[in-house]
Amino acid sequence: MTTGFARHRRSGRVIATFTGFEADLLRSLAGQLVELLRNEAAVPDEHADPLEAMFDFTGPTEEPEDPVLLRLFPTAYPDDGEAASEFRRFTEGSLRDGKANAAASVIDALEEAGLPDELAEDGLVVDVELEPTEALTWMKSFTDVRLALATRLGVEDGDEEYWHRLPDDDPRAQAHDIYEWVGYLQETLVAALQD
Amino acid sequence: MEAVATTSPVEVDPGLDTADLVVPATPWVTVVWNDPVNLMSYVTFVFQQHFGYPRKKAEKLMMEVHEDGRSVVSSGTREEMERDVQAMHEYGLWATISKSE
Repeated sequence: MTTGFARHRRSGRVIATFTGFEADLLRSLAGQLVELLRNEAAVPDEHADPLEAMFDFTGPTEEPEDPVLLRLFPTAYPDDGEAASEFRRFTEGSLRDGKANAAASVIDALEEAGLPDELAEDGLVVDVELEPTEALTWMKSFTDVRLALATRLGVEDGDEEYWHRLPDDDPRAQAHDIYEWVGYLQETLVAALQD
Repeated sequence: MEAVATTSPVEVDPGLDTADLVVPATPWVTVVWNDPVNLMSYVTFVFQQHFGYPRKKAEKLMMEVHEDGRSVVSSGTREEMERDVQAMHEYGLWATISKSE
C-alpha cells in the first residue's frame, strides 16, 4: 500500500510509490473523468475555421444536466440567470479543457513511470516523481475525481458512519473506499506542497 | 487623464445623478461555499496559492467556509471577481459572484 506523496528535500520534487494495482486504479479514475468531460455536449467543433473559432464564443449557456458536471462547473451568479449564462458561455469550455487535460496528464505520468497498458505482472512498483507544477495539476485532478465520486454517491457532511456500516461487498461501499483513498492521497499531496 | 486648460466655465449636465459618481471601490465579491468533499487543508492551500494570502488568513477564511457555510474571499471589480471565481472552479471549489452588501 502506498504511503502517499512526500517532498524530496534535495530535488524539491513530489514523489510517491504505488503498487501496480493502485496506479491502474488511478489511471482508470482519471480516464473516466476525461471521458465524462470530453463526451458531454459543448465540446468545441474542431473542424471550424481557426480564426472563426477564435471569435466564436458560443459556449454552453445552460446548466449541465449531469449533477457531476454541474458541481464541476457551478452557476456563478445564483440570482442572475442572464449573467450566469454569460459567465458559463465564456468559461465552461476552457474549464472543461483544463480539467480534461489535467486528468490526461495524470494518466501520461503514470504510464511514463512504467504502468503498462494491461496490468499483468505481480509486484509491479510505479514510482512517480512530479515537479511542483505537475503536483499542482494532480491535486486539481484528484479534487475533480473526488467531487465526481462524491456527487454520484451522494456524500454528505458527517455521513462516515453510514458508509462504514454498508456491507463490504456493496459496490457503493467499495466506491466510497476509493473516494476516501483518493482523499488520503490528496491530504499527503497538499502536505508535500505546503512543505 | 490629461488636464485641459479652458477659459470657459465647466458645464454641468443638470441631469447628472451624483449618486452614480460615488460607486464603492470594490462593489463585487467572490463567495466560496462549504461542500462535504474538499479537505480543509486543500481549501487553505488554494486560498494561499491563488490569492497569495498568508497561511493565517487563508485558514481563517477556510474556517468561515467550514463553520458558517460560506465566506467572502475577495472583493474588487466584476471582471476581477469573474477571474477569481473561474480560478476557484478550476480548483474545484464552489464559488459564486455577488454584489457587495
